[in-house]
Amino acid sequence: MPDALDFEQPLLELENRITALQAEDSPRARDEIPRLEERLARLRQRTYASLTAWQRTQLARHPRRPHTRDFFRLLFEDFVELHGDRLYGDDAAIVGGLARFGERRVVVIGQQKGRDTREKLARNFGMPHPEGYRKALRLMQLADKFAKPVITLVDTPGAYPGIGAEERGQAEAIARNLRGMAALGVPLIAVVTGEGGSGGALAIGMGNRVLMLEYAVYSVISPEGCAAILWGDAGKAPEAAESMKITAPDLLRLGVIDTIVPEPLGGAHRDWEGAARHLREALRAELGALAGRSRETLVAERYDKFRRIGAFEETAMPAPGA
Amino acid sequence: MPWFKRKTDGSEGKASTVQIAEGLWIKCDSCKEIIYRAEVERAGRACPKCHYPFRISARERIALLADPGSFEERDTNLETTDPLGFKDTKKYRDRVRAAAQKTRTDEAVVTGLARIGGLPSVLCAFEFGFLGGSMGSVVGEKLARAIELAIDKHVPVVIVSASGGARMQEGILSLMQMAKTSAALERLGARRLPYVSVLTDPTTGGVTASFAMLGDVILAEPRALIGFAGPRVIAETIRQPLPEGFQRSEFLLAHGQIDAIVDRRELKETLRRILAFFADRPSAAG
Ligand SMILES: [Zn+2]
Repeated sequence: MPDALDFEQPLLELENRITALQAEDSPRARDEIPRLEERLARLRQRTYASLTAWQRTQLARHPRRPHTRDFFRLLFEDFVELHGDRLYGDDAAIVGGLARFGERRVVVIGQQKGRDTREKLARNFGMPHPEGYRKALRLMQLADKFAKPVITLVDTPGAYPGIGAEERGQAEAIARNLRGMAALGVPLIAVVTGEGGSGGALAIGMGNRVLMLEYAVYSVISPEGCAAILWGDAGKAPEAAESMKITAPDLLRLGVIDTIVPEPLGGAHRDWEGAARHLREALRAELGALAGRSRETLVAERYDKFRRIGAFEETAMPAPGA
Repeated sequence: MPWFKRKTDGSEGKASTVQIAEGLWIKCDSCKEIIYRAEVERAGRACPKCHYPFRISARERIALLADPGSFEERDTNLETTDPLGFKDTKKYRDRVRAAAQKTRTDEAVVTGLARIGGLPSVLCAFEFGFLGGSMGSVVGEKLARAIELAIDKHVPVVIVSASGGARMQEGILSLMQMAKTSAALERLGARRLPYVSVLTDPTTGGVTASFAMLGDVILAEPRALIGFAGPRVIAETIRQPLPEGFQRSEFLLAHGQIDAIVDRRELKETLRRILAFFADRPSAAG
C-alpha cells in the first residue's frame, strides 16, 4: 500500500506475506497462514492500543483518510450543494448543503481537504477564508429558519493565514460564527473527523454534541507550530503533540467532547465503509436524543455546555483592600 | 494564533515597545523623538509629539477610563489548575505566579463594575504583561462572569483587549474560552445590552476571533496590531513581504473591520458618548 505510515509498515509486511502465501496455496503455506494471521492480529492490537499523540496526528492527516465529501457521500442521500457567502465569493475549502439522513432532513457543512495536488490547491488544503465561514453561518441560519438539524464535519489544519483573509475579516468571520452558533435554535452536532485545527475548526464546531473520531486530533495550535514556538524546532512536533493533549481520549477527559466514534482497526483510511457505519450509528443516536427539544432548551443547553468548559479553582476572596 | 514565548526570548510579556528608561527623557518608538517622560504620563502614556499610544497596564487603563474611585474589581480569586500538566522550560504554574507577581494582577484580565463619565458599566481591561494577555480558563471565566454580571445589573460591557490570543499552556481548554465568551455576548445582545470592544496593541489570535470582534461598536487605538494570524505566520505562509501598515488599526478601518480609531486622550469621552447613546435615558456629559 502506498502512503503507509512508519508504524503501519510492520503490519503491512505481515499482510503482504500472508497474501503471498495465499497465492502460493501449498501445504506449507496452509500451515503457515493461520500462524501469521494470529501474529498480525496481535501486532495490530498492540500497535493501535498504544498509539502516541503524534501517530494519531499522522492517522488524522493520512492521505487516504475519508474527507468531508467522502463522508457526505457515504452517510447522506439527496445531497444538494449550496455555494457562496452572498457577500464576496465561494470558498471551496468549506462545502455544505441540503441532505437527507435516513428519515431526517439535515443541513451538512464541513471543511474539505483535497486528495490530489490539483484538488488540494483548489480547496486550499482545507484552510478556509472568511467566505467559507460566512457560507457556513448562512447555511446554519437557513437550517434554523426551517427547523432542520445541522451536522458539521471538522477537518482542517486551521483558518488560512493570508493577506486577503485578514483584509476581509478572518477573525470577525470566526467570531460571528461562534456567536451565531450560540443562538442556533436547532440541534447542532459537530464531528471532528480528522484534524481539528484551532479557531478555524471551532468556527463550525460549537455543537450541542461534539463527537470525535477515534484517531482524530483537536488542538489550539498545530503540533509543528507549538514545537516551533516552544523549542524553535518544528521537528519536535511529536513531543508537542504529547504535551498539548490533543487526542480523543484526552479531550473526552477534559470535557471538550461528548463521544468518541470508533474507527475500524487500523484507522478510517483502511475501511471507509466501516468508518461511515460507526459514524452513522453515532449520528442517529445523537439526533434521536436531541429531537423534540425546544429552541430555548437547545440554546440553553449549548450555553451551559461551553460555559462549563475550563479548569480553574476558586480560592477564598481576599478581604477588600487587602 | 495563541500567545507564545520563544525559549530564546527573555522578555516575557514585556509590554512596551518603547524603552522607558529610568531617566527623565525617553525615546518614542514610533517617531523616534526624544520626549519628556512627565509629558508622556500626562498624555495617558502616549507620545506628546506623534500621539503614539504606548502599551499600558490594565490598572493604568482602568484609571484612564473609570471615574475616580468608581471601579469595583471582581473575581480576583480564580486560579488555573494546570489541567495539562504543561511544562516547557518552566512549569506553567510557576510562570503564572511569576506573572502575577510582576504585574500585581491575578490574571491576564481585570474585570469589575465601573462608572465611565457617570454611566455604570462592566469594564474589563487586559493586562498584556501577564503572559502576553493570553486567554486561558481563568480569563474566559472572568469575562463570562463579567458579562453575566452586566446582564444581572442591566448595564453595558466595555472590554479593552490587549492579547496575543489563546494560552497554549492550557491547550484545547483555552480554545474553548472563545466559544464561552462569544456565547455570553450572544446572551448580552439578546437582552439588548450594548457591548463596546476597544482594541489596543496588540490584539490577535483567538481573542480577535471571538469577543474582540463582536462589539456592537468596535473602537481601536491608533497603530495597534490587530489580526487573526500573526504577521510572522502570514509572511512564512505566503512567502512574500507584507504590505506597509498591514494589520494596523488604520488598515482595519480602511477595510471596514472597525468603527473608529480613537486617540487615547479622547477614548473616555468617546466611550461616554456611545454608552449615553445606548442608555435607557440620555444623560448629560458627566
Ligand atoms: Zn512619537
